[in-house]
Amino acid sequence: MLSYILRRLGYVLIMLVLVSFVSFLIIELPPGDFLTQKLQELQARGDRSAEMRIAEYRARYGLDQPLLERYWIWVSHFVRGDFGDSFAFERPVTEVIGQRAGMSVILALSTITLVWLLAIPIGVYSATHQYSFGDQVFTTISFIGLGMPGFLLALLVLFFAMVFLGQEVGGLFSRQFQDAPWSFGKFVDLLKHLWIPALISAVTGTASLIRIMRGNLLDTLGQPFVEAARARGLKERTVVWKHAVRVALTPLVVILGTEALPNIVAGDALVSTVLNLPTVGPLYVRALQVQDMYLAGTVLVFIVGVTMIGSLLADLTLAALDPRIRLE
Amino acid sequence: MAEQEIPEVKTAKKQQISQNYWSLVWWKFKRNRLAVFGGIMIVIFYLVCGVFAEFFTPYVLQYQSNYLEARPQPLVFKNREGQFSLRPAVYGLEEQIDMVLRKRSYAVDRTKIYPLYFFVKGQPYRLFGFIPADVHLFGTDPADAEAHAFLLGTDRLGRDVLSRIIYGGRLSLLLGLIGQVLTFVVGTVMGVISGYYGGATDIVVQRMTEFVGAFPDIPLFMALAAAIPVTWSPMLVYFMLTLILVFIRWGGLARQVRGLILSLREREYVLAARSAGASDIRLMFRHLLPGTMSHVIVIATLMIPGMIISETALSWLGLGLRPPLTSWGVLLQEVSSVRSIRFAPWLLLPVPFVILAVLSFNMLGDGLRDALDPYGGR
Repeated sequence: MLSYILRRLGYVLIMLVLVSFVSFLIIELPPGDFLTQKLQELQARGDRSAEMRIAEYRARYGLDQPLLERYWIWVSHFVRGDFGDSFAFERPVTEVIGQRAGMSVILALSTITLVWLLAIPIGVYSATHQYSFGDQVFTTISFIGLGMPGFLLALLVLFFAMVFLGQEVGGLFSRQFQDAPWSFGKFVDLLKHLWIPALISAVTGTASLIRIMRGNLLDTLGQPFVEAARARGLKERTVVWKHAVRVALTPLVVILGTEALPNIVAGDALVSTVLNLPTVGPLYVRALQVQDMYLAGTVLVFIVGVTMIGSLLADLTLAALDPRIRLE
Repeated sequence: MAEQEIPEVKTAKKQQISQNYWSLVWWKFKRNRLAVFGGIMIVIFYLVCGVFAEFFTPYVLQYQSNYLEARPQPLVFKNREGQFSLRPAVYGLEEQIDMVLRKRSYAVDRTKIYPLYFFVKGQPYRLFGFIPADVHLFGTDPADAEAHAFLLGTDRLGRDVLSRIIYGGRLSLLLGLIGQVLTFVVGTVMGVISGYYGGATDIVVQRMTEFVGAFPDIPLFMALAAAIPVTWSPMLVYFMLTLILVFIRWGGLARQVRGLILSLREREYVLAARSAGASDIRLMFRHLLPGTMSHVIVIATLMIPGMIISETALSWLGLGLRPPLTSWGVLLQEVSSVRSIRFAPWLLLPVPFVILAVLSFNMLGDGLRDALDPYGGR
């Protein structure tokens, strides 16, 4: 077990090195970097110190040096927790991301909670009432939900809220709470705004989880141990919820690790951009649009890192929960 | 009566027994109404947007009218005198200035009625890029210069939204199709090679797919698309976007094909072919690959909507296709502000078209999955 974990961690490490290099390459690819643009902009404004400031940046990150050298400088800073400066915000990347990370985590966690709270009962209902009217309705809804791109849904919600309710649904806070310190009122205000983006982000996840849960439970319900539980005279509800559902839930850990966890970093960048949320997702999109390379690169490396750690955790949890699975 | 029914049943049964794989597939597919509906919708989409867009649009792509951000004109069944008629018509538009918002807008002018004619001679275009023609499916009376019909309104520059949605579908849908065909080719070839040769080749291909798979789809796609130089010509950008999509997505397909090949290559018929002296290439592509096809077609169909959505999302963010080109994502760039949703909500109309196309592909793929396995299931 320990050697397996060590081997997997080593693998994650190698992948991270490769990923960081590729991220760096991707961000370096476009001709004409952000600093050149910035310099022109500042010069046009008649800023005398502009050239010095830009030159300082160039020296600090070795932007005048060859590619490999630059990569090395970036990585050696990166592992020490210095992710560089965001050129667009003119502040350290750590600060820029840190400001929004909290909201990202809150949004992702509420989305995950919503997905599971909705999908598991519906999936169980669908499986226990296979081919009934309710099952068909849920199957159809989940089918449509699966094909529904979240950001288009968000655009439609924005439109309906504005035209029929006369309300703007963007953002996570009302204006008076925007910069206010945390208080109970602000928390309530957050909850009032949070449910719309959470619900929209949850649609696709819920739809696919319903289908998976239904399939898993149908497989489990056909197994002999369920029959045995029924034969012992247990109540149907006990058979389903205590015996079958528990077994059917175990494989879903993988989904939690490989899909839900990575969402925390840049979860639903598109939906968040539409609804103008203060999360990391829109930050990443903006950074790519203006070629703010250190910011974009840092987010990309984090996304991949969390994805791989998520899948490692999922495998380990699955092995712990299901004694039939052996890690080699 | 009874005598007539018996032979019918007999022939039907006989047919069923003697039918080959593909007619069984077709038979099962036909019974799935949703799948057939999806398939028909897709054929219509590709015919209307992809092949005959110039004919089905009332206005040509470059046309800019004098009506800026005009609301959609409602369709009515009245003739010029206002009496009921089967020929559809539209009300005219009247310009208004909103003094409070200091904004020009249009109101429906019920005194003006412009009847619509079918197969009218309108603005000239070139069908398939070289056949000169000027017939449009519908349009207003060409003799009346005042007449105009913007069924879905116009955009900021006075261009007809309906025409632009149809033209936009051409690039969006073709990107999905071309991208998927390339993914299909790359994915299956790599999968077959990896599964057939095994050993070092397999490890290399597997590591490559794992590496690409380690990046989540959309963030990687955005990063790569952002790296396309702004100075490139629109067509080159279009081509690069397609290649990026292929690069991101071939891995998933390759893994599936590899798994199927692994289970097939130990079968006796492969051994027989090998002892008969078949070459590696022949074994791979003549004997092994066809066995994976039914599975691969389903995966490939279900991957197309993802491609269309990716293009739409990227272009909408300004990281994909850019204005001289018209795609669904480019059309949605116009609604990136709250202001445009409030004052020109008809610019959101590409959204239902994207969703309909995506759902149609999903329905078709789902139906294919059931139909391509005609021996099992219900």
